[in-house]
Amino acid sequence: MSELLFELDDPGSASDYLPPLDVPEAPMPFAPRPTLDLPELDEHSVVRHFTRLSHQTFSIDTHFYPLGSCTMKYNPKLNEAIASLSGFAGAHPLQDEQTAQGWLEVLFRAQNVLAQIAGLDACTVQPLAGAQGEFAGLLMIRAYHDKRGEGQSRRRIIVPDSAHGTNPASAARCGYAVTSVQSNAQGNVDMDAMRTALGSDVAAVMITNPNTLGVFEAQIEELCAAAHQTGALVYMDGANMNAILGQARPGDMGVDVMHFNVHKTFSTPHGGGGPGAGPVAVRAILEPFLPVPHVKQTESGAFMWDWERPDAIGSLHGFRGNAGVILRALTYILRHGGAGLQRVSSDAVLSANYILARLKGAYETANPNGCKHECVLSAAKLKAEHGVSAWDIAKRLPDYGFHAPTVYFPTIVKESMMIEPTETETKATLDAFCDAMLQIAQEAITDPDMLRHAPHTLKVGRLDEAGAAKCLNLCWTTPQEAEECETPGPAKRELAGASTY
Amino acid sequence: MPYFALTPADRAAMLETIGAPDTDALFADIPTALRDRAALAFAAMDGGLSELSTRRALTGLAAKNTNAEACSYFLGAGLYDHFVPAAVSALASRGEFVTAYTPYQAETSQGTLQVIYEFQTLLCRLTQMEMANASLYDGATGLAEALIMATTATKKKRVLLPRNLSPAYRRVAATYTQGLPIELEEVPFDPKTGTLDLEVLQTALQSGDVAAVVVAQPNFFGVLEDAQVISEAAHASGALLISVFNPHSLGILPPPGSYDADIAIGDGQSLGLPLTFGGPGLGLFCCKQKFSRLAPGRLVGLTSDEQGRRGFTLTLQTREQHIRREKATSNICSNQALCALVATIYLATVGASGLREAASQSFHKADFARQSLEKLPHIERAFSGAHFHEWTLLLPISVAELNQKLLEHGIVGPYDLSRDYPELEGVALFCCTEKRTREEIEALVEAVRLICTTVSTA
Repeated sequence: MSELLFELDDPGSASDYLPPLDVPEAPMPFAPRPTLDLPELDEHSVVRHFTRLSHQTFSIDTHFYPLGSCTMKYNPKLNEAIASLSGFAGAHPLQDEQTAQGWLEVLFRAQNVLAQIAGLDACTVQPLAGAQGEFAGLLMIRAYHDKRGEGQSRRRIIVPDSAHGTNPASAARCGYAVTSVQSNAQGNVDMDAMRTALGSDVAAVMITNPNTLGVFEAQIEELCAAAHQTGALVYMDGANMNAILGQARPGDMGVDVMHFNVHKTFSTPHGGGGPGAGPVAVRAILEPFLPVPHVKQTESGAFMWDWERPDAIGSLHGFRGNAGVILRALTYILRHGGAGLQRVSSDAVLSANYILARLKGAYETANPNGCKHECVLSAAKLKAEHGVSAWDIAKRLPDYGFHAPTVYFPTIVKESMMIEPTETETKATLDAFCDAMLQIAQEAITDPDMLRHAPHTLKVGRLDEAGAAKCLNLCWTTPQEAEECETPGPAKRELAGASTY
Repeated sequence: MPYFALTPADRAAMLETIGAPDTDALFADIPTALRDRAALAFAAMDGGLSELSTRRALTGLAAKNTNAEACSYFLGAGLYDHFVPAAVSALASRGEFVTAYTPYQAETSQGTLQVIYEFQTLLCRLTQMEMANASLYDGATGLAEALIMATTATKKKRVLLPRNLSPAYRRVAATYTQGLPIELEEVPFDPKTGTLDLEVLQTALQSGDVAAVVVAQPNFFGVLEDAQVISEAAHASGALLISVFNPHSLGILPPPGSYDADIAIGDGQSLGLPLTFGGPGLGLFCCKQKFSRLAPGRLVGLTSDEQGRRGFTLTLQTREQHIRREKATSNICSNQALCALVATIYLATVGASGLREAASQSFHKADFARQSLEKLPHIERAFSGAHFHEWTLLLPISVAELNQKLLEHGIVGPYDLSRDYPELEGVALFCCTEKRTREEIEALVEAVRLICTTVSTA
């Protein structure tokens, strides 16, 4: 536990950073606020405070971080160096486009190369994260059906039950009803259930390929054709693109629109939860609906903002999206080229299958026939026989120096643990992780109680998550108030650990 | 090739453990035709550059952009060139913060979680609101989320958006609500003062079916509204008040909580973030605690471990998409956590006195620049309302023309309001932060004098 900024408050100790005012002081035409209750610290104390907090954070730079569905790969330092160049960091999006040709070219090249990777015709880099990419893609689908006069009749989106939670949530944000379709025993979309669900009132099918069990949907072309036959479009969640870069392109599969999570596939840092970016690539039929402004190149070769797009869905951001994130992704793509990106998927899939091969004796798996970039194991047997859950295993791994995998997602596998190693871990690291997982499986038999109280080596032990929701404290007031819970909220039990992207 | 950790010997050993002849076998479930097409397309891709060549290529593109290191910026319009102490980026670029994931596993993420909790608390104190979330994408999407929350909370559909609210915010609000049962209604501004037209507002509120009134303080023209009066009018009709604030201005301006805002949103870029062509920014979202279960995005709460030691964790996750799916309060998942970290470090570094000083200098420099420009012939004030650090002037020439010529003086000039307001032809929105020096302001005034004199005598 570290002291809070508010406990370190030492009024009057803040450094000054500005020269004295060099213009005449005029009377203020408003009454300035009487008090401003912010803490003051000397700069050295600030540096020490945040440096100490950084030490209490597992990260890619410090630990193996095999969170399934999150693609926690090494974040190259070059990306950060490029993004901090003053020509990029110091430019304003509303300055004259003639003075921002370098930035516009970055975004234009990103639009093109991402469309190429997707096997689709056009791309917007404006969406700010995967969830907003989904929202944008569905709005384009909605606009497409509206334009064809079918907007009123197509009110449903089909989403497999294994999908990320953002899929149905984004559909709801577009005013759509969501129909959930069950997966079959192999974790694939059940084609019979899909055909039953499809109909003239369906606007789109949302799929994830490879799916959240780390399995490539072998019937993907059949599925797309079935959707298209009924007039529905196919949206693909690109969260798992790290598995298929250069191995299969969504556009070739029959997908009409997809988003990328550049903070997964293209190595931009997760930053403790963001910022990300969620570019959306589309087939030509959806191109008129891309958000504004879009970057285009004129015949003279100059780049410009294109606002003259009457069918556009609108804008998704106050400016131009998370441009700094797109720049990092483009840097990564340029560094790799086509062959490098194919190596990415190839090594990522190899590493995941290696972990699967080493651990499938100790844990049950949802991937009996191998996996793509991530494998899904289950602690159901350990839970039944020894009372040790996936949650306990997740909490024990940090004691061995590893971050936990994603647990309890996908929800269609009991006690699931979704492990995604990525292509940037050494075999020695993969082996050490597998050794730890095997050791923990042994501990579940020999010392289950110890596991149920893990972790044991961190600054804090297992935290009371349900208690946090019950006695809600989101803001530090006074120590007395903070430590007592006088007005407990509804004792709704938090679903422990369900985590996706 | 860059960044790969496996050697050929590793790959061979791993394939043997797996029992596969080669890596191709691991992709045997993908139809061959799909694989062939992908291989062909990727073979045609550019790239595969060394680090040195990549850096050269991108440094070349960076050099084509006019930027705030090289020029004086008097352009704001929602994104501001403030001074940021060196300690901020030094701390915020620590790899432990930059390369961590969302703190779903609380015990391994105490650093990230404590920072977010401190961020939430700092925001509550800055705005005098009861709670803040862990961030949204930006101010514009923050407003969209606020509108959705307000209509859910009040079970009403109508929302009043002022025309003097940022056009970008209005655009995003329209995009976000197009599929939802929400009606956006525009409230005009007083053409003399630039403030919200209170009479129209009162009339629009009469029917009592308005979910929320939005007020931007300061508004897009930089003009200060009578937020207290607007708040009372909204509340009297049963509507919520949504305040759109600039956090930097709260160093001296009365906070949204002081005029009883129900929801307060803004963009945190002015708290230590670079311009970066507009993104990543930082969506700030604050509200009254009674709305906690309707709030969008992540929240961090205080808790303790089994031994009673203090700790932090994500909380009220049952609102969120990964649990509630289509019934979630929002679809947001990834947010702008690293930008929230920057804002937290910025506020901790400058402290109350530093923020007050920066905000106060911004106002005084803006006021000095405005007065100096207004003394020039053919230039007059466009709106009479009091301002913070942005103000409007009516020019004798088009703003685009002025800006073209200002560039020759190394100055990035004001925002052209006619881009969004056809009725404001020739009206320029200037901005001055604490970073502009008297010398730069005087150079601006002299350049504007030269440009406008030449043009009007031509």
